[in-house]
Formats: sequence, C-alpha cells, structure tokens
Amino acid sequence: MYHVLRQILRTGIRTEAPPAPAPEDVVAARLHEDILRILGRALTIRYVDAGSCNGCELEAQALGNPYYNVEGLGIRFVASPRHADALMVSGPVSKHMAIALRRTWNAAPDPKLVIAIGECACGRGIHSGNYATLDRVSSVIPVDVEVPGCPPSPTALLQGILAAIARPGAQAIPNERAVP
Amino acid sequence: MNVAPLGLAAARLPAGVPAQRAQVSSGQFLTACRLAWEQRAQLVALWASDERDRRRGFCVRVALEDRDGLMVLEHWLPGEDSRYPDLTPIFPAANRMQRSTYDLMGIGAEADDQRPWLWMASWPIDRFPLRRDFEASPLWEPGQEEYDFVRVEGDGVHEIPVGPVHAGIIEPGHFRFQIVGEKVLRLEERLGYTHKGVEKRFEAMTLGEGAKLAGRISGDSTVAYAWAYAQAVESIAEIVVPPRAAWLRALCLERERLANHLGDLGALGNDGGFAFGLAQFSLLREDLLRANHAAFGHRLLMDAVVPGGVARDLEIVQALAMREHANRLRAEIAELRGIYDEHAGLQDRFRNCGAVGAELAGRLGMQGLAARASGIGRDLRCDFPCAPYDALGVNIATAANGDVAARVAVRFDEALESLRLIEAITAQLLDPALARDVALPLPDAPEQRLGIGYVEGWRGPVLVALETGPGATIRRCHPHDPSWSNWPAIEHAVIGNIVPDFPLINKSFNLSYSGHDL
Ligand code: SF4
Repeated sequence: MYHVLRQILRTGIRTEAPPAPAPEDVVAARLHEDILRILGRALTIRYVDAGSCNGCELEAQALGNPYYNVEGLGIRFVASPRHADALMVSGPVSKHMAIALRRTWNAAPDPKLVIAIGECACGRGIHSGNYATLDRVSSVIPVDVEVPGCPPSPTALLQGILAAIARPGAQAIPNERAVP
Repeated sequence: MNVAPLGLAAARLPAGVPAQRAQVSSGQFLTACRLAWEQRAQLVALWASDERDRRRGFCVRVALEDRDGLMVLEHWLPGEDSRYPDLTPIFPAANRMQRSTYDLMGIGAEADDQRPWLWMASWPIDRFPLRRDFEASPLWEPGQEEYDFVRVEGDGVHEIPVGPVHAGIIEPGHFRFQIVGEKVLRLEERLGYTHKGVEKRFEAMTLGEGAKLAGRISGDSTVAYAWAYAQAVESIAEIVVPPRAAWLRALCLERERLANHLGDLGALGNDGGFAFGLAQFSLLREDLLRANHAAFGHRLLMDAVVPGGVARDLEIVQALAMREHANRLRAEIAELRGIYDEHAGLQDRFRNCGAVGAELAGRLGMQGLAARASGIGRDLRCDFPCAPYDALGVNIATAANGDVAARVAVRFDEALESLRLIEAITAQLLDPALARDVALPLPDAPEQRLGIGYVEGWRGPVLVALETGPGATIRRCHPHDPSWSNWPAIEHAVIGNIVPDFPLINKSFNLSYSGHDL
C-alpha cells in the first residue's frame, strides 16, 4: 500500500500537465472548459466498433487516460446502449456489423447523438465501400458529427464530442434527461 | 524442413527469413504435414489463390515454420469442385483457416466441419469474393446467419451469449458460453464481424499503395504489418534496405511493442480490480505515443515503414530524447512491477487463471507472446533475426505456467527488453559513421513472383504472402495474424474458470479481431 500511495503522490495530477504544457494539453484544457460549460453534467457514450482496424479504438481508449480524463468531465463509456446519450462509432461499417449497429442505435433512447470517428467512418477511409463494407456510418444510422483522422487523435475526439453536444438542439439532450 | 526423403524438390522462396517452397500432390500434402509435425514444425498460415486465368485451377498454400525457417507447401487443384486434404487432425489451427478459404475462394477441404467462418450472409453463399471473376452487387443487403453453435446438454447447464458489440472500447466478436453456476463448461467463439475485404482491396493496388493498407490491417500492429509487407516486396525485388532504415524500423517495432505492453499491463490491472494500474500505465503509454508523434508524425507510427526503407529519418534531438525517456521509463516500469507483484488481490486474480500448459499450447500450435508464456520459446527476433536484430541479440522472454500471471510477466520482461533495444538502437542512430540514407527507390519488381515477409510483432509473428502482378501491381496478398492460431486457445483457457474471469483471460491474450477477420 505504501508503494501505491507513494507512486500516486509522485505522479501527481496530470490532467493539465504543468509546468510546460505540450500543445495537446493546452487544447485539451480548453476543450475541458468548453465541455464543462456546455454540458454541465454527465454524458454517457456507447462505443461501437463497426469494422475498424482497431486504430480508432486505441485512440478512443486514450480518452480515459489521466491527460484527457474524460471521466473527470462526467463523460462515461457505458456497457449498454440503453444507458447511452450518444453512440461513438468507428469503422466503415462492415456488412457483418451493420445489423448489430442498427440494433444498438435502436436500443439507445431518444434523443441521441451519433459521433462517427475516423476516416473509414466518415467515408474516406481505406476500408470504406467494397463488397464487405458500406460507405460510411451515415449509410446506416443518422450521424451528428464526423471526426476525421486515421485515427483521430484523442484531442480531435474531444473536439468531436464538444461539436456534437454544442450543436443547436443537441444541447437539450443530457439536460433534459437529468430532470428527475 | 527437409522434404527430400519424401521425394520432393524444394526451391528457394524470396522471403525475410530462410524459406523454401515445394509442390505437393494430394497424398504428399498430408505426409509432408505429418513429417513437419514430427519435426516440431508449426502451422503458420493457409491460403489459396485463383489461378484459372493462367489455366492452372486453384493453388492452396500452407506455410510451416520449423528450426530451418519457413516451408511453403503448394498444392494445385484443377477446378473448383476438387477438394484438398483436411489438415486439422495434424494442425488443429487449420480448421478456421480452411473454412475461411472456402468462404472467400470456394475451395474446400475434405473436413467434417463445413460451417462458414468469415461468411455471414452479407453476400450470396455461392459467390466467392477472392475469385478473380467475382463482382459485387449493390443489391446485396447486409445479412445475419444462424450459426450452428455446439450446445452442452445437462442439468443446470445454461447458455450466455455475449457480443458482437462489447462493453467498453474494444473490437466486436461473439462469445457463446455454456455454464453451470458460475463455471464455464465450454466457450465457442464466433468471429468475422469486422471482415472488410482487405485481401480483395489489395488486388486493386500498386505495390506502393499496398503499404498503406498493410499498415491498416490491425491498428495496434501497424509497424509489424508494414514491415512484413515491405519485406515481401523487397524480397521479390531483391533489394536490401540501407542500414539506417533497418535500425529505424526496429526502433518503430520496439516502440509499438512497448506501447502495446504498457496498454495491456494497465488494462490487466484494471480488469483485476486495480484501477491504479490503468491510470499509471496509460500515462506512460500516452507519453510514448506523444513522443512517436513528435519523432515520426504519427502516434501509432502508421506509414513510417515503406517498401524500400522508412518514410523519414529521426532527428538527433528526438533520438536523444528517446534515449533519455527509455531510461526514465525503465525505472517507472520497475516500480510498477514491484507494486503489481506485491498486490495480493491482483496476484490472486492473475495466478492459475486461464492457464494453457506447454503440452496443450504445442498441440494447438500457439504463437508469439501467448506461446512464450506457456513455455514455448519461439521469437523470430531470436530464431531468424533479420537486420538489424542480428546485431542486437534479443533476449527471449518466456514463462512456464501459461496463466494470466505468466502472460503479465512476459509483457513486463519484453517491455524492459524493448527499452534496452531502444537505447541500443538510438546509440547506433546517433553514430555519425552511420550513412544517412533511409530509403531506396523501389525498382520494378518482376511480375508473377511470390515473396514472403515474416516479422515478430508484439502479439507474435505476422506473415505477409505477396504475389506481384504486371507493372508493379499486386496480384494477390494474404496477410496472416498470429491471432488465427491463438483464438482457439482461449476456448481452452477458460474451461473450468468462472465467467467473471473471462474479460481478464481474454485481455491477457489481447488477440486481434480485425487482423483475423480481414
Ligand atoms: S480511420 Fe484509420 S485507424 Fe480508423 S479504422 Fe479506418 S484505417 Fe483504422
């Protein structure tokens, strides 16, 4: 236990990496402020890999590390679409995943946001559109925001989340549901 | 492997490791595989090509690895109705490879298990995408097929289906558990959900363009795939990349290995109920990815390795920073390893959980990291070191128990070894005597040549079998992930364990879905 506590103390709080922040940290810190201002409370996301190469997942996972610390903003990746305010979807939508994606979308309560991440999901990726894949996520379900990048960096993903919740009309989603 | 006793003539095969090829008849096919098995060879890959345009029917190829290197057996089939011998009695891992070969090429083995594997009703069952005359129709709707799972009958047995969409941020696949109480009697995997037509896409590309796709077969192994692909191209073109390019490739490959091990060690701590581990290791991983971005322009190092060399050189300041960073990281990892080792709760979850013994691992033909954790000491970096590994002398990491704890221990050892290698490599790169060129122009590769790339990625050996077409194009490309051989092992590893331990066991293997589904 002593070692654990010492390590925690030694590590300190990294969410806004002092003293000389890398450019990513500055952007991340600003995004944090914006997200907190607009959202103000929890946002739950169900993640669906619809046939990505796994590059996009690695960067979405990184959102949870202490630098980006999305949990600290009240953004959580949840284990059921029924608990989700938003879907985050990667991949070109392989045909084998199309039905599962559609079902996940149907299972998420309205109103809901969809954030498509990565070039493949946006329809410009190397895997988009062939006998085994559809063109993009929006070929299967309505998409609110597309985040480019192969894969998009965690900072770009944060910007995508921000863009989704800041869209006119979208803002009402989490707030509305927070009313008891 | 010496096939002369079988009366077979072996020819040299251009590859990144010592490799040969031999044509076999139907009868010789099985005999050669049995002989290989007796000589402790392992099945690496099985794939087929459509050669009807050359009036030669179809060709099924099997790549085997033993002490001498790779042996590719080639078996020609006159037409689409002919079958080839079932290899699963000798190499159980052949099962899914044979089924996938049928789904994509329409060439079947004489096997009992004829269930589809990569086919899921998204295209007509009598159309085969990898045939050269295949044409996709926009009218084909995504489908879903009723897969014939094996059921366990008996008192109190029930079934839990999981997936394809999983909790958390991971790839999709379906798992069917048969359980009694909390105990797993049987697990059956159903993969293929991320099938995206990679092999077909290669066929529309030039050799240069293919590198980009190779780097996007499995995002966590982009360097390994890109290098294996480049190796295949370079073997065919008979070029040797500049020494500096080789050092830079190894630097990227070790950084990829390190980044994945750091990510997994954190996730394994978390799945074992120790969130502290995830927070700590994910910080270390993020630092590494940011340094990658600063040095090579990409956090995951995509497109860093290209046929002929590497895309860019490392600046001196970056090399210095990496060396210094490696030094710090070593202390951090050692500290965290001490914490993991002393944490009773974590060790209780790790030990004896999801065990695969050496005997079973050998019989299943397991590969790479998971095999090393089960006492099978194979690592291409040690067994058939290509440049610059021949000059580095990699220390292999193994463990005996084959449980989660063993797979954790191998990751710690390999992470520390990668740090040592990174320091050794940066020292070479900083040496002013090392020539500065990092890439050769790609010469016109001769057409209709087969070449093999074979590289030890972080998960295990990645193979790329490439055949050239006219004018520096790709005629056929089959990339093969070690996950093919290791997925079946998870079905064995979970037997007798409790359901809540499955995520931990699965993570301790951390196999690729995308690299397997293609
Ligand atoms: S966008 Fe790039 S990283 Fe993401 S799935 Fe497509 S190829 Fe992979």
